Amino acid sequence: MSGYLSVRNLTVALQTGEPILRSVSLNVAAGQVHGLVGESGAGKSMIGKAVLGTLPRALHVISGEIWLDGVDLLKLSPAARRKQIGATAALIPQDPLTALNPSKRIGPQITRRLVDILGWSKQNAQARALELLDEVHIPNPERVMRSYPHELSGGMRQRILIASAFAAEPKLIIADEPTTALDVTVQKQILRLIAEMQSHHGTALLFVTHDLGVVSKVCDSLSVLYAGKVLEEARMHRFFMHPVHPYSAALLAATPTYTNPIDSLLPVSETVIEAVEQEVLEHDIRASR
Amino acid sequence: MRDARGNIRRPIGARLWLSGGWLTLLALAAICAPLIAPKDPLMQDLFLGRMPPFWMEGAEPGYLLGTDSLGRDVLSRILYGARLALVVALVAGTLTCVAGATLGLVSGFYRGWPDRIISRFVDIWMAFPPVLFAILLIAVLGPGLLSIIIAIVIIDWTRFARVIRAEAMSQGAMDYVASAQVAGRTRFGTMLAEILPNVLPTIVALLTLEMGIAVIVEAILSFVNLSISTDSPTWGGMISEGRTSVHQAWWVLVFPLITLFLTVLSFSQLGEGLKDRFDPVLR
Amino acid sequence: MTLLRKFLLRLITTAVTLFGVAVIVFIVIRVVPGNPIAMMLPPGATDADIARLQAQYGFDKSIFEQFLIWLGGVMQGDFGQSISLRQPVSSLVLGRLPATLELSVVALMIAVVMGGALALLGTLYRGTRTEGAVDISAGMALSIPDFLWGLVLILLFGVLWPVFHISGRISPALNTDFATNFYLFEAILRLKFDVVADLIAHMFMPALALAIPLAAIIAQLLKQSLKETMHLDYVTLARTKGYNENHIITREALPNAILPTLTLVGVQFTFLIGGTVIIERLFSYEGLGNMAIDAVINRDLPLIQGIVILFALLFTLVNLVVDMLYAVLNPRLRHA
Repeated sequence: MSGYLSVRNLTVALQTGEPILRSVSLNVAAGQVHGLVGESGAGKSMIGKAVLGTLPRALHVISGEIWLDGVDLLKLSPAARRKQIGATAALIPQDPLTALNPSKRIGPQITRRLVDILGWSKQNAQARALELLDEVHIPNPERVMRSYPHELSGGMRQRILIASAFAAEPKLIIADEPTTALDVTVQKQILRLIAEMQSHHGTALLFVTHDLGVVSKVCDSLSVLYAGKVLEEARMHRFFMHPVHPYSAALLAATPTYTNPIDSLLPVSETVIEAVEQEVLEHDIRASR
Repeated sequence: MRDARGNIRRPIGARLWLSGGWLTLLALAAICAPLIAPKDPLMQDLFLGRMPPFWMEGAEPGYLLGTDSLGRDVLSRILYGARLALVVALVAGTLTCVAGATLGLVSGFYRGWPDRIISRFVDIWMAFPPVLFAILLIAVLGPGLLSIIIAIVIIDWTRFARVIRAEAMSQGAMDYVASAQVAGRTRFGTMLAEILPNVLPTIVALLTLEMGIAVIVEAILSFVNLSISTDSPTWGGMISEGRTSVHQAWWVLVFPLITLFLTVLSFSQLGEGLKDRFDPVLR
Repeated sequence: MTLLRKFLLRLITTAVTLFGVAVIVFIVIRVVPGNPIAMMLPPGATDADIARLQAQYGFDKSIFEQFLIWLGGVMQGDFGQSISLRQPVSSLVLGRLPATLELSVVALMIAVVMGGALALLGTLYRGTRTEGAVDISAGMALSIPDFLWGLVLILLFGVLWPVFHISGRISPALNTDFATNFYLFEAILRLKFDVVADLIAHMFMPALALAIPLAAIIAQLLKQSLKETMHLDYVTLARTKGYNENHIITREALPNAILPTLTLVGVQFTFLIGGTVIIERLFSYEGLGNMAIDAVINRDLPLIQGIVILFALLFTLVNLVVDMLYAVLNPRLRHA
């Protein structure tokens, strides 16, 4: 099986030689949502960073291939790789509070890159940014474009980052725990928004999270990561019906809402929104007890 | 070696040894100056004026580093000059440290009116150009070793007070201080038992730094002829003389300058090295 | 409203500080043993002569009365009469101020360029030997004060490779008609490049001596600040957008890293101005500091007072400007 993004036998290690990722393989098909689940420290964020070329300096790719849009990124020069990433992929970061440059207005943070890197005209970039802000349900986009990040709420900033990620119509978006840093009530809306934008734009999405519940709602397939190793890669409903690896089964059993496998049989595309809302509602009820 | 963020961590041993070694050597030279100095540092011989150091043509045997315009031996004057420099460094440095650190601790830990008064004085002090202040004080107090020491303490206590105040303030806000007080320690007891040990690495680093600064202040005051009487050799006085005859006899300037340079560098490197070694967080 | 209040509060503390400086100088210099009046008269002057002159300068009154008289004069812009130079203090001091300001500003510019370049270099090559070299040279440069750097520079560029002048502000032959005492700025504006070159040849060493320690501080602080910024998410995000490392450091990280550096550089700049006193002496540069040392040696009380107050005013002004710059550069404060 090979996808739009195909990571093959990727090994990443510290300078001391201690491996962080051990021969990891995973595939994200075009237009599909692939979940990447694991505990914190399992290395799931490092896969996203390895693909995007933003690994911390202390980490190095030892071996493996990262195919994106038919090109092995690891064979490219740093400059060519940057260009390839910039043109085909985008990131929705984890913490919207630190992911916008505090000294710049919102507008340029969305448009500059379209102009600088992709060669758009300023007018086009401006129009595109307004259109996208509208699409992510931001009221009064003109005013928001002129604001500084600190003037906006966390949810607003995450919407802006989502808009910015979709701005150049990338073929692949990596969402790195995009709701973890947000309030529970806002999480629901952001999750709905990501799903909505993904299906509208038909973008392949690698959804990195520790929350199996979230994965079951938005993903078509998933990989389970443990201690830098992929234990299982599966289609969604097959995974919930018959988890192959004992760790997967344990993980599934530990996710309270999904102990009943029938729930996981809900078809994804149509019922995502209701399901997410339901999930949050249940979460809220649990939290209020 | 790198730490978690990829910062290079240099071994701290080398600079501690080098700077400590130089300062020990200097201290020995100062103590033993009468025994090891080849000449009387005050002896003038106008026939032997501006003799070059030993490796150059025309050097006079016995005058290793040459002579100044009055025919005095440069090496012997450097050795005797080390006495004054080190006395100023130790005494003025320590007194400044005690005065400034105490005021800083009180200001930062007790807050309230002591802090307001001390901080107001620090503000006023910060508005003085320090060198001018020093020169003014020496003019008032009259030249002499004691005047230099008093002047340094009066001028530089703020350096300690500012830094220690900030440190004591951030330490005082931490939970362990509150729990010490809950456990029944007095405020003064808390300051000595909880705050002081935590700011001590900073105090030690500042102290060695201050010793270097004291040496420089003495040199600057000698340079403008306001240090102590002209019959004691001082590095600053030698530099002042060397500066005027630099085109005719560079060695009169170069040797005391190198000595001063290494001494000041050693004091500050020693301070940094000690701070790294004793800082409980970094260690 | 809050900004106005902050500004007023600042003005009041500034006034209190300046008043404190005036009081301290006044007290300190009036404890001076030795009679300044006796020093200015030829030997053999009678006691009556001394008494008459003392009355003329007001030294026969109590310190408190003298202070009130002096303060009254200062309010009207009269800083008294210099004893040794027999001219009004205000015109003497203002005549020398431009020389010191030019020296300080040129030194600041050198420090910002040198320090900024080192910080960017260290950040670009972080984790390599280049960064280690930047750290070590900054640490060295910081340990050695301006006075010693001045002497080292005299040896290097005055004796070993004599390309710069080691004393004075301008070559006497060139000392043409200047409309102001800002020789350098005026010469640049009037496009007299031979004069500019001569002024720079005089100013280079003292300015560099003053700049080296400040450059080291800028290099250390800015590099630290940049490295911390480089770990933040918006920098990572910019990387995924296809920007190269130079763009990321200078456009994304630098504007945010400058702010914490700026406030500290403000304080350090006042130290630099304080350093001009001895550096001007070392290079026989005719500025305020050189005049101040002469004033102390001559026991010229009114002149000392005037110069110290002017320095204090300069320091508080620098701090005020830095705070305002900080407010302008920080969008969080601008829109608060």
